[in-house]
Amino acid sequence: MFEDKVIPLDVWVSQFVDWLVDNYRHVFQAIKWPIEQTLNGFDTGLNALPPLLVIVLIAVAAWRFSGISLAIFSMITMTLIGLLGLWGESMTTLAMVLSAVIFCAIVGIPLGIVAGRSDRFEAWIRPALDAMQTTPAFVYLVPIVMLFSVGNVAGVLATIIFSIPPIIRLTSLGIRQVHPELVEAAQAFGATNWQVLRRVQVPLAMPTILAGLNQTIMMALSMVVIAALIGAGGLGSPVMLGLNTLDIGRAVIGGLAIVLMAIVLDRITQSMAQKR
Amino acid sequence: MESDAKIVVRNLYKIFGSDPEQALELLAKGLEKAEIFEKTGMTVGVNNANFEIHAGEIFVIMGLSGSGKSTIVRMLNRLIEPTSGQVIVDGKDVVQMSQDELVKFRLHNMSMVFQSFALMPHLTVLENAAFGLELAGADKAKQRERAMEALAQVGLEGWEDSYPAQLSGGMQQRVGLARGLAVDPDILLMDEAFSALDPLIRTEMQDELLKLQESDQRTIVFISHDLDEALRIGDRIAIMEGGRVVQVGTPEEILQNPEDDYVRAFFRGVDPTNVISAGDIVRDTHPTIIKTKVGSLRAAHELLSSSERDHGYVLDAKHRFLGVVSSESLRHAIESSPKGSAIDMAYLPEGVAVRADASMQDILPEVASKAWPVPVVDENNVYKGVVSKNRFLRTLHRTEEQMEANRQHQDSAA
Repeated sequence: MFEDKVIPLDVWVSQFVDWLVDNYRHVFQAIKWPIEQTLNGFDTGLNALPPLLVIVLIAVAAWRFSGISLAIFSMITMTLIGLLGLWGESMTTLAMVLSAVIFCAIVGIPLGIVAGRSDRFEAWIRPALDAMQTTPAFVYLVPIVMLFSVGNVAGVLATIIFSIPPIIRLTSLGIRQVHPELVEAAQAFGATNWQVLRRVQVPLAMPTILAGLNQTIMMALSMVVIAALIGAGGLGSPVMLGLNTLDIGRAVIGGLAIVLMAIVLDRITQSMAQKR
Repeated sequence: MESDAKIVVRNLYKIFGSDPEQALELLAKGLEKAEIFEKTGMTVGVNNANFEIHAGEIFVIMGLSGSGKSTIVRMLNRLIEPTSGQVIVDGKDVVQMSQDELVKFRLHNMSMVFQSFALMPHLTVLENAAFGLELAGADKAKQRERAMEALAQVGLEGWEDSYPAQLSGGMQQRVGLARGLAVDPDILLMDEAFSALDPLIRTEMQDELLKLQESDQRTIVFISHDLDEALRIGDRIAIMEGGRVVQVGTPEEILQNPEDDYVRAFFRGVDPTNVISAGDIVRDTHPTIIKTKVGSLRAAHELLSSSERDHGYVLDAKHRFLGVVSSESLRHAIESSPKGSAIDMAYLPEGVAVRADASMQDILPEVASKAWPVPVVDENNVYKGVVSKNRFLRTLHRTEEQMEANRQHQDSAA
């Protein structure tokens, strides 16, 4: 019965994206610019540093936030990634993850704070976050490529969209979990809105916010393979390449390196959250 | 008494709900809180509250939960925005203040102690005590000095580097109190401040508060649901029910003349001898002898016999109590030292005075054991009058009757 009664939504969306590309190209270039700078900075920096120094830096971070055992574990794991012959790719992935997470934090924490303090904003942003998390990444890869072309920057953008929801959600949750009496007490002693936020709500929400950051990092890592579809480099590319050429060994070492890296980042950021 | 009113609350209303104006109109038409809730779903939190709080007194607002007492105290510093009415502090209407004025007012004039302590778990005891000072932007050294002073006042020296979670409930509330005192406010709001503490600690904290009050004379607004607490620390009490302030007065006034059944119900089971003090029942029925004027024994004896009383009370020129004499002790002194001039010789050895603020219970042994009416003095030893056995028993009888009437009234109402 629907043969001749189809809503041409697909046509409309295509037309809309085409129109965006034609008319607002400069806007998207402006969005792209800071991400590109950050990413290139990290990528060049991490790849230029001697691997041993990077390993030691990561171990020191692990030691500061957790302890000697995590430091040793991180050292061994990172060395293993190097021994798999994927050091360069893993540094590119780390740079992409770091860039994505930095922008997620810059955008996500303030949004989460607003959502935590305003029921109306929370109600409005919640469906948007649900959509961002549940829409298959492949759906928005095409418009992203059209708007930002292929490559690492487009990959980071896709990663940001996919991995920003947890930090917004958990920041909002953290702010909401602060006891209303504490906020009331601060107000009773003459705290302004900003002081309530800075001295009471944010410090007390910090463990939850850091848990959100940890989730965001994990989601960002899980996007690297998908980002490789649109030409992003890093650990995703050996996996993609392996899949395309049926080179199982290659795909597996790529996957293994991603898992190892995820474990290290997860442990370090988790101990950050617990330390607070 | 308008002049020493620190806080004046006038026609204060708080409606919780979507259309407060509508609820106010219904209230004006004489509808009850329950009817308004049924009709509109809105809750009348505070209904036309009017009272004055004097400078330097402890004003207890008492009521059961849901009576609006916590709402009222939060409208004094506008943690809850009043629906209509005035809260005038030192002549300035808090309700009309801009946000900036309000912040300044909260920083400097009024601080608050909470039932749940509401200490910042991420700050040390010292940082918590200095919280108000830090918000006000005081410099670090001053913050530390004032906070340490306040902690010392509440007996928490040596705990400044601990975190609240390491302290017992009583100690946490001491930190809460220190935080309130550190900013040196003229008004201290205490919202069921001691209700979460166990009874022994609660009494200890009440004593502590009274002791602090003796030295500092702040205006304290104390919310409580505990009558014993209210009677113990309150100079005056306001009793609230269903958002209305039912009665305001001193504990004695309310006890002796309760406004309605609700107030009566509160005072059921209260022992009146604990509430009524010597000062409340003192009478000036006996002759006083000013030592410097009526110096001689004979003149004093003359005075007593002309007033047909057996006992007289000797005072100095400033009306400070010196001793009790009787016709007999005077005669005895005249006989033993004929040239005698000093009235001191005739003082009855057991003729001591009681304080005006002692309860009837406290002075009972004194009244019962002495042959003469017991003299009453204020805290400066100035003579106020006497309490006779007769007067004591009559007061007791009257309040007993009153209590009995209340009880019957209550039972027939129930």
